[in-house]
Amino acid sequence: MSFAKNLRCRECGRVYPLDPMHVCEFCFGPLEVFYDYEALRRTLTRERIERGPPTMWRYADLLPCAAETAVDIGTGFTPLVRAARLGRLLGLERLYVKNDCQNPTWSFKDRVVSLAVTKAKEFEFDTLACASTGNLANSVAAHAARAGLDAVVFVPADLEQGKLIGSAVYGPTLVAVDGSYDEVNRLCSELSDKYPWAFVNINMRPYYAEGSKTLAYEVCEQLGWQAPDHCIVPLASGSLYTKIYKGLKEMAWLGLVEWRRTRMSGAQALGCSPIVEAWERQSFDIKPQKPNTIAKSLAIGNPADGYFALKAMTQSGGHAVAVSDDEVVEGIRLLAETEGIFAETAGGVVVAGLRRLVQEGHVDPEELVVAFITGAGLKTQEAVAPRLQPALAVQPTIASFEEALSERTGALPATRK
Amino acid sequence: MAKQRVKFTFPQEMIKEPVIWRLGRDFNLVTNIRRADVTEDRGWVVLELEGEMDEIERGVQWVVEQGVRVDPVAGDIVEG
Repeated sequence: MSFAKNLRCRECGRVYPLDPMHVCEFCFGPLEVFYDYEALRRTLTRERIERGPPTMWRYADLLPCAAETAVDIGTGFTPLVRAARLGRLLGLERLYVKNDCQNPTWSFKDRVVSLAVTKAKEFEFDTLACASTGNLANSVAAHAARAGLDAVVFVPADLEQGKLIGSAVYGPTLVAVDGSYDEVNRLCSELSDKYPWAFVNINMRPYYAEGSKTLAYEVCEQLGWQAPDHCIVPLASGSLYTKIYKGLKEMAWLGLVEWRRTRMSGAQALGCSPIVEAWERQSFDIKPQKPNTIAKSLAIGNPADGYFALKAMTQSGGHAVAVSDDEVVEGIRLLAETEGIFAETAGGVVVAGLRRLVQEGHVDPEELVVAFITGAGLKTQEAVAPRLQPALAVQPTIASFEEALSERTGALPATRK
Repeated sequence: MAKQRVKFTFPQEMIKEPVIWRLGRDFNLVTNIRRADVTEDRGWVVLELEGEMDEIERGVQWVVEQGVRVDPVAGDIVEG
């Protein structure tokens, strides 16, 4: 069952019913789902969660809709991998990678969309829509197919091919907008006033955003019911980051883990780093930027939750870091070559960011660190393709193979005795 | 009459300009400020514009041309 009680304004605290709305009528501040934590404390136990399905819906009590009505394509409970090789390379003793590439549409977006679509059905919408830099469009299109709803997804026209196909295959109306994500977003905001659609990241936003909390719950459970010392999270709007923090705090409030002051660090690509820029100025005021980076899934110039992310970062003792596009590609390769996980550019930002944080002394080598890898690399192959070694082209003979191999490596490997 | 909720983000050089007053006067819009934070070197204002739809569109376009960033009221909504 759901223990969601009402929507509350994050700015002025006004309370609203659980309706399809996303901003406070009074101050236009963002609304957030609030729960009956007293009842949750009485009901929710580790055992109750462990009896649930091996998906994000095992945490339905902590979400705004019931598991029985869930539109679920098998999202969540993704692997938390002990990354010993990458850890050694970075100088970390206890590094884990939360591999959210393994969701049904290969990104963490399935978590938020599963919730938004479930809620949209409950509100009897017949059409799902979203503004997206790709991953969200993939997920909305897939969930709409599953739920039997129409989908209209809007993306910037310059998106990676993999992300366009990854939406189109589910049969939505795919709209490629000649403009930046900011412009796509603005268009969708205007359209949401005009058409009675469930825009998952506009009028469904309070419900949608809650899905990200499940990442924190899973990490705690997978660590044997303990919170990590330090999280490294990619920053775009700041929503994922703040919801992971909220999830960790809820786990402790409810007595499911012991309270630990988990440090929350965030990483952005230098070509779009308004949150890091504000952090470095020691200010809570975000100066909007025009994105110019290969990390398109993080390219949000005016992050809606930037202020809240900066607050959480300050509270938790975390740090913010921005990395160049070259470092992003190195980060992708590093993760792939040490742990066998092929992440998209956002994952490259996290790994490269973590490397910098360690080098600069912002991460203690003994901390239990979790790096959140939020999307799979097959979607952004263009980013790494030019930097990879081409295949050895050989004739089907041993001589040709050996010639090519020794040309590449300078020597041949030892043969059988 | 139409309504639009917007967020204006002012660069430093625009802080002293009476942009909202001119928006009301020159485009015949009712401007209703709900939240704001303005200091000497930067500022943002969340407000509702009410008027004829094409006047709102012309007005917002004029504000953008002045160098002020205009976003939907929830800002950039979410990553992804």
